[in-house]
Amino acid sequence: MSWRLSHDGLREVLMVMMVAMLLLLPMVGLRTVDSSSGLGIDLHIAAVFWAVLLIGLGKKSLVAARENIPVIAYPAACVMLLSGFLAPLPTGFLEFFALAGGFICLTNAILMTLRGGRPISKNSFGEGMDVVATKIQAATPQVAWVMFAIVVALPFVFPDRYVLDVSILILTYIMLGWGLNIIVGLAGLLDLGYVAFYAVGAYSYALLAINFDLSFWVCLPLAGILAAFGGLLLGFPVLRLRGDYFAIVTLGFGEIIRVVLINWYQVTGGPDGINSVPRPSFFGLAEFTRRPSGDLPAFHEMFGLDYSSIHRIIFLYYLILVLALVVNFLSVRLRKMPIGRAWEAMREDEIACKSLGLNRTNLKLMAFMISATFGGFAGAFFATKQGFISPESFTFIESAIILAIVVLGGMGSQLGIVIATLLVIGLPEIFRDLELYRMLTFGIGMVLVMVWRPRGLLAVREPSIRLHGLHGKGAKS
Amino acid sequence: MTTPLLHVEQLTMKFGGLTAVDAVSFTAERHDITAIIGPNGAGKTTLFNCLTGFYRPTSGALTLTHDLGEYLLERMEGHQIAHQARVARTFQNIRLFEGMTVLENLLVAQHHKLMRASSFLIGGIFKLPSYRHAEEEAVMLATKWLEEVGMADKADWLAGNLPYGDQRRLEIARAMCTDPRMLCLDEPAAGLNPRESAELNQLIKNIRDQHGCGVLLIEHDMSVVMNISDHVVVLDYGKKIAEGTADEVRNNPDVIRAYLGDDEEEEA
Repeated sequence: MSWRLSHDGLREVLMVMMVAMLLLLPMVGLRTVDSSSGLGIDLHIAAVFWAVLLIGLGKKSLVAARENIPVIAYPAACVMLLSGFLAPLPTGFLEFFALAGGFICLTNAILMTLRGGRPISKNSFGEGMDVVATKIQAATPQVAWVMFAIVVALPFVFPDRYVLDVSILILTYIMLGWGLNIIVGLAGLLDLGYVAFYAVGAYSYALLAINFDLSFWVCLPLAGILAAFGGLLLGFPVLRLRGDYFAIVTLGFGEIIRVVLINWYQVTGGPDGINSVPRPSFFGLAEFTRRPSGDLPAFHEMFGLDYSSIHRIIFLYYLILVLALVVNFLSVRLRKMPIGRAWEAMREDEIACKSLGLNRTNLKLMAFMISATFGGFAGAFFATKQGFISPESFTFIESAIILAIVVLGGMGSQLGIVIATLLVIGLPEIFRDLELYRMLTFGIGMVLVMVWRPRGLLAVREPSIRLHGLHGKGAKS
Repeated sequence: MTTPLLHVEQLTMKFGGLTAVDAVSFTAERHDITAIIGPNGAGKTTLFNCLTGFYRPTSGALTLTHDLGEYLLERMEGHQIAHQARVARTFQNIRLFEGMTVLENLLVAQHHKLMRASSFLIGGIFKLPSYRHAEEEAVMLATKWLEEVGMADKADWLAGNLPYGDQRRLEIARAMCTDPRMLCLDEPAAGLNPRESAELNQLIKNIRDQHGCGVLLIEHDMSVVMNISDHVVVLDYGKKIAEGTADEVRNNPDVIRAYLGDDEEEEA
């Protein structure tokens, strides 16, 4: 067993430190400050020094682990980790960096020991993840039932406003992810403007409910139909486009809808949004208020309960749960139907589709309309839940998050989308304590997922039909 | 005299200044295998693309006549040609849905039938009996074709994982699942070994004899062309230079010159 790094390893460490120094000197070392005599420049040499040192330590640990020299790998990682607590680091970020980096290096060293000194290549690690993902995917029905039981029981176990609010948020995004999955996952069209349908649904509900005094249960299908119409509108001009060009046009469509919402002041209220969107009633039978203003009885009186504001939240929770499950049921069915197979075929090879007589125009329009309908439902729900909507809620970042969920989940996988939503929406909530570094950790997490599972969390496609049963010969190949 | 299955009249296809197919006329009979041969760049695949609606011909008429009616192919969209006029094709570079299973590939080919049976969406979503029945029938037809091409045990394989020869045959099976009246094969024997090539000959003959489907064939492998074609059309530089039975064409001096070149061309 060697006690020293190889020459190449040593050179690698020094190179990394040098590059870090060159980059950090101007970026971290020089800082402009306002002073009485104008703009001055502060030198932060200490920060650069510590950063380069930490980076060098981390790299040394990683190289040592690769070269199977635990006597260097472990101490270097530990020193890095400890310096996060003990060393007089000049900034909080450096402390965070030392802690996170030390932790990663230590994990890496431990993994090396566990593997008996064989270096951990990205590939073998990826294969291990593949096995886990395949197992989860094989157990999808069981996992789904367990999850179902948990979400149904949740409001009784945690009748807590915050937990329910976060769960409603997560369920909304799951529903949106499942909706977008039809365009992106099945039909293979990269839609960067899905939030447009969400917005159309939300505004449809709000405007219909306020201006025509229609109930939520009437408006929901109408919002879906109007959103589908939006899908049709977008569908027609983009049919001839493919790939990047298609993505750009959908991006533009999303922005157009938002700009229209901002500027059509007479109808949408412009940037002020729409206030006091009607809350849903209990299936038109009762209202969730202490003293109902209309002729409907109050929910708590109807069931002989004490008044509690959480009743409405629980009702909303179950409402979005049912909506999401309906979307799930429909998408699972659609995938196994001729149209779903045709969508997937179109994703694989459009030219072959044409040669088989598939009308790509119709198929794409159908995908858009169905997907938009689901988005519209989610939008109507969003409007009634918030009670207030404005164009602020329908920015590009929303589209990006929904798309990230679909891509991260593994295109086309229903369960993958659930897991991805828990990560993308749930993690930032859990990390609220990290405050400033919340989005940073989130970003790192996303990068890691994409490094290890570039095709998404659950990326193995389940055939829509099998001839020889589930354990058919060669089915896994 | 009955009308031929396919009647090509003065078909011309120009790309800018280049005339890829130049006033080609020929006919293909219903129970014949018609081979289109010619040196590289002779315009064979362009001719195919015109026939199957991938290109719109510059001028000329393409008339297809069969039990379902008469179709003017040059006026139809690509997907209509496949769906209504019942022209199926395969590709020179295999175009399967590689991420889908063999069975799924064959079911996509029966899309229209299944869509009608699923009453466009409702029947499929609620799994009505009529839809389930139609799907069973579609699977049966797919299985029949898998047996025909000798791949019955591979129905659940991913199409992309199949060996090359199987991919070629699957593409033919997929084309046949659309219930075509004319099948256009673009170099089906390319890359096959002699044994596979012989099996392919048998398969193409079966399609002609048992399914009443006319076959149009582009092929470089002369053993295939000479063995199975009833009628051969020879193209060179976009023009038809000869037509006739395999034997007639083989001894035609123009054809020999086109393939082997004459003295002047060699010097040039």
